[in-house]
Amino acid sequence: MKRIVALALSLLLTAAGFVHAADKPAGRVPVPAFKIDSGETCVAPTQEMRRDHMKMLFHQRDRTVRQGIREPRFSLKNCVECHASRDTGSVLGTEGFCSSCHAYTAVKIDCFECHSSMRQAKSAGARK
Amino acid sequence: MSLGRREFLGWGAAATAGAALAPVINLVELAQARSPVEAASALRRWGLLIDITKCADCDDCVTACHNENGVSGNGRPETDAQWIRKVGLRDKRTGVAQTLPMMCQHCEEPPCVDVCPTGASFKRDDGIVLVDKHTCIGCRYCVLACPYGARSFIHETVTGQKPDVPRGKGTVESCTLCVHRVDRGDAPACVEACNRDGGKAMLFGDLNDPSAEIHRRLHSEPSTQVRADLALNTGVRYQGL
Repeated sequence: MKRIVALALSLLLTAAGFVHAADKPAGRVPVPAFKIDSGETCVAPTQEMRRDHMKMLFHQRDRTVRQGIREPRFSLKNCVECHASRDTGSVLGTEGFCSSCHAYTAVKIDCFECHSSMRQAKSAGARK
Repeated sequence: MSLGRREFLGWGAAATAGAALAPVINLVELAQARSPVEAASALRRWGLLIDITKCADCDDCVTACHNENGVSGNGRPETDAQWIRKVGLRDKRTGVAQTLPMMCQHCEEPPCVDVCPTGASFKRDDGIVLVDKHTCIGCRYCVLACPYGARSFIHETVTGQKPDVPRGKGTVESCTLCVHRVDRGDAPACVEACNRDGGKAMLFGDLNDPSAEIHRRLHSEPSTQVRADLALNTGVRYQGL
């Protein structure tokens, strides 16, 4: 009986922990502050994107550079196009879609040392 | 409702012209469009033919290239990147002067690829020689190996890159034959500018496609490779050199 109570208690605590981390915006646990302007539905479910977006980009980048396959679905350009901030036009900055999360998780992001972090749409529209 | 003789002949001529043109249009489409999910094909080999007798005394190709690819200098010509440049030639005895655009020659046997220690310098299946900047370590062996001086090392932090042309400090770069334009079926920026504003000296096309203008001209007119003695089989050919 003791064992069952202990198990139930630990389960309850774990669940409470998850709920706390996932849903409560304010509180003792800091959460990254980013705004999603558009892109409610991404190319894959949110959980998968959070976990595996870097794998998709890695896979795609070699196919694009080496073989010339420019599939729009997993292209970095497309990510930026959709996720760039409405205000700054960029995915970087304190509230930037990429940089805010990467700062939070302390993972250095070096895509944008070479790649453009700005949305292209405006200039593309002007050119045509 | 009957057709007059003239009308009948007119329609007949239109139909014949349509039938004759249809396959040509198809061929053009085949030569141009490639689905974005399709890999570059080894059946193609992209190249340029540059008639330097028509090459005007302008640098529209250079300007267009650097605009298209976002290549801007820092006012330091010794270290600034240069993807294409105009070279002047003068015969010392006769004084005859010529100019020609010089850039990556997209060799079939590229020395830059041979010397690259990381495999970053590579030739794509359709003959375009590129640098994979994800694996480039900036050792600059390729800069030394290239007989055409086509490669540049990026010494300083780059900002304001074009979305289609990522560029960054610590890597080597050169003419990409505007690979992002070629992949969507356009000609390189230099060719477009030369044919619009310059001397109409540059021709772009698939060297392997018998229906392409460049193939026809290379097979019927004399042309030269720069440093043909190196037997690199360049993708960029010159006429009137």
